Amino acid sequence: MSGGVDSAVAAARAVEAGHEVVGVHLALSRMPGTLRTGSRGCCTVEDSMDAQRAANIMGIPYYVWDFSERFKLDVVDDFIAEYAAGRTPNPCMRCNEKIKFAALLEKAMALGFDAVCTGHYASILTDADGNKQLHRAAAWAKDQSYVLGVLTADQLNHSMFPLGATPTKAEVRAEAAERGFSVANKPDSYDICFIPDGDTKGWLGERVAPVSGDILDQEGNTLGQHDGAVAFTVGQRKGLSIGTPAADGKPRFVLEVRPVTNTVIVGPKEALAIKEIGGNKYTWAGLAPEHPDVAFACHVQIRAHADPVPAVAQVVSTTAVTGVDGTVELRIIPDEALAGVAPGQTAVVYIGTRVLGQCTIDRTVSALAATAPSLVPSAPASLAPAISAAASSAPASLAPALSAAASSAPASLAPALSAAASSAPASPATVNA
Amino acid sequence: MVVYLDHAANTPMLPAAIRAYAEAMGVVGNPASVHSQGQNAKRMLEESREIVATSLACDPIEVVFTGSGTEAINLGIKGLYWARAPRRRILVPGGEHHATLDTVEWLAHHEKAIVEWIPLDDLGRIDLGALAAAIARDPADIALVSVIMANNEVGTIEPVAEVAALAAASGIPLHVDAVAAYGYIPVDFRTLAAAGVSALSVSAHKVGGPVGIGALVLGRATTVEPLIHGGGQQRKVRSGTQDVAAAVSFAVAASAVTTQLSPVPRGAVRGVDTARLSALRDRVIAGVARVAPSAVLNGDPAHRLPGNAHFSFPGCEGDSLLFLLDAAGVSVSTGSACQAGVPEPSHVLRAMGRSEIESRGALRITLGHTSTDADVDALLAALPAAHAQALAAGMADRVPGR
Repeated sequence: MSGGVDSAVAAARAVEAGHEVVGVHLALSRMPGTLRTGSRGCCTVEDSMDAQRAANIMGIPYYVWDFSERFKLDVVDDFIAEYAAGRTPNPCMRCNEKIKFAALLEKAMALGFDAVCTGHYASILTDADGNKQLHRAAAWAKDQSYVLGVLTADQLNHSMFPLGATPTKAEVRAEAAERGFSVANKPDSYDICFIPDGDTKGWLGERVAPVSGDILDQEGNTLGQHDGAVAFTVGQRKGLSIGTPAADGKPRFVLEVRPVTNTVIVGPKEALAIKEIGGNKYTWAGLAPEHPDVAFACHVQIRAHADPVPAVAQVVSTTAVTGVDGTVELRIIPDEALAGVAPGQTAVVYIGTRVLGQCTIDRTVSALAATAPSLVPSAPASLAPAISAAASSAPASLAPALSAAASSAPASLAPALSAAASSAPASPATVNA
Repeated sequence: MVVYLDHAANTPMLPAAIRAYAEAMGVVGNPASVHSQGQNAKRMLEESREIVATSLACDPIEVVFTGSGTEAINLGIKGLYWARAPRRRILVPGGEHHATLDTVEWLAHHEKAIVEWIPLDDLGRIDLGALAAAIARDPADIALVSVIMANNEVGTIEPVAEVAALAAASGIPLHVDAVAAYGYIPVDFRTLAAAGVSALSVSAHKVGGPVGIGALVLGRATTVEPLIHGGGQQRKVRSGTQDVAAAVSFAVAASAVTTQLSPVPRGAVRGVDTARLSALRDRVIAGVARVAPSAVLNGDPAHRLPGNAHFSFPGCEGDSLLFLLDAAGVSVSTGSACQAGVPEPSHVLRAMGRSEIESRGALRITLGHTSTDADVDALLAALPAAHAQALAAGMADRVPGR
């Protein structure tokens, strides 16, 4: 329970569904702020108190579990290292992968719980054979299935998302108000929780010593200087401060960040177009496809709030490129070129509303590249820059097709607490989000 | 059945203290008023002060009521520091309660104090040699020394008289935090003052009185700068209308302290029976040793508070154990609490030289006046399963390999 409205309502619904619920607030910072100031940041003492008040109202026990050390190592330090390596990480995804559905779930299971229940907007459906599937939320605008794309079958078996079938956030707020939760009108939180002022560049600058370097065009001509390559993001237009305008007078965008040479490559918008992406670190959200090596139609989404784009995906051998037997990658070829794809981002593959799996993008191919795709999994610095082509980020109107009752919680949620004389709390779902 | 084994955090109020509190709240009159009602309130207040003074073996004029033990400690430390200006050094052991730690750290950040941490040994006892050496370095610049009488977490009873003698030899005032000790071991201010103690803090809710009133025992010869200014009540040290009802209730609990801790027990209200409590605690210690042979008893095994049993459970997270025992209806503590409820590694164990991991697997079990053999039975019945499961959960939220 973050102290927000979503996790509070999720917990209340789990209670009403008959589960024994214990509220857990994750302490992710050793130095929490005292008061929440606006919509940014998290884990303040006030948030913790809000979560506890909601738990009081629904009559469940409430505890604070300290994951600050794990969070620092797996999320914060990873975030810094990824930026320092020229990639664009998604810390919320990392937190789901390493903390909420890993460290927290492991601890909870060990303590006798059956599942982690969160206020994420996503749905877990069960197929005819009883396998769990991850789907988009009915509340299309709030859908968080993208950041849950890292969940595996085992994690889905022990997860509950009671908000998945609710069509709008407004309904969740209304329900919170009806239940008497003080957080009913609390502002949504945005941005990265550990950068409360939202100034990612400034925050990174305090942690990765910024060293000025060259801004180059695609031909290698020096156009200007940057004050630290870290914190530039592929596709970024603002903050480049290049003195000389481009020959054609068009704005220039960051095409690539090369930490090794401390250079930032810029070029016209067309040069951002990507016709193929690949990632050797991929997972399936639930049952793996029977023949992933056979190309299949899907939609690919490359950012939390990007539109899904029709694509063809396939797991292919990369032995010819890596020289190592058995290496494979998830290769995704969008029907139309994608713009603003950066290494480090996650590509989530959907079949309709279902999340099939995801990969961390380690390779991109420019829409105009005639040569064979270069494959450089662990050396982002030398990733070939993307080269032009008329991009169109594909609208794709995938309407949410969810009608099934969402969030089929594991039916057999028997309390497994073995402690003797269990009179008070005991039980399955912990809640957090 | 709910088994309450966290008496060090808060012990149940004595029924007589509750009755007296409620009755006194119905009496009108500001003790500072001149009329009859005021005089009546004043009489109730001063009678209460006398009873509290008796429980602490001090003069009534030396009892300054405060709003809490924390406020008493703040008044003792900040008040002495400012009264002793321009001296800047403060000597404090590392395992003090947060009321002391945060107060001296505040003085360091805002009032140019120089805080010197005196080490503890592995049983939690202050290193007297280190204290003597620190005093000898520049005694003229020491504003005060502050020491806890018995540690609130690990229960170790500190050699306060020896500390007082060292400080007194250089004319340095000593503040004693007796919040955890009061009611469990004799707190004899007259003897302590003779040894060199200048001020001593206690709290009512640790002895069966209400939350919301504490006291600073301030020797007649001791001067402190007030933290609160106003009507000049209580030796002009603590302004503000005095809380008669809370004082009356505190006095009931204090009389129980006097009764129990007197060499020859007398009086009507019974509080803590320390001999009985020690026996219960020893049952806890022996039982834990049976259930979890790897558990380490922290603190001084001989010179410890009668109601305190504090352990480290290697391989377990203290908060996992707390959760599992809570689920089984047994309330204990990890030994450190903070406002956000975020468990922190025990700074007391850290000061005793333990690793951070050891400091996280700590559990504090504290008994009090309502504790029974049945409580201990329930704890020992719940512990095996909770311990096994907490071990299995291990340090899931810790970084692997550390």
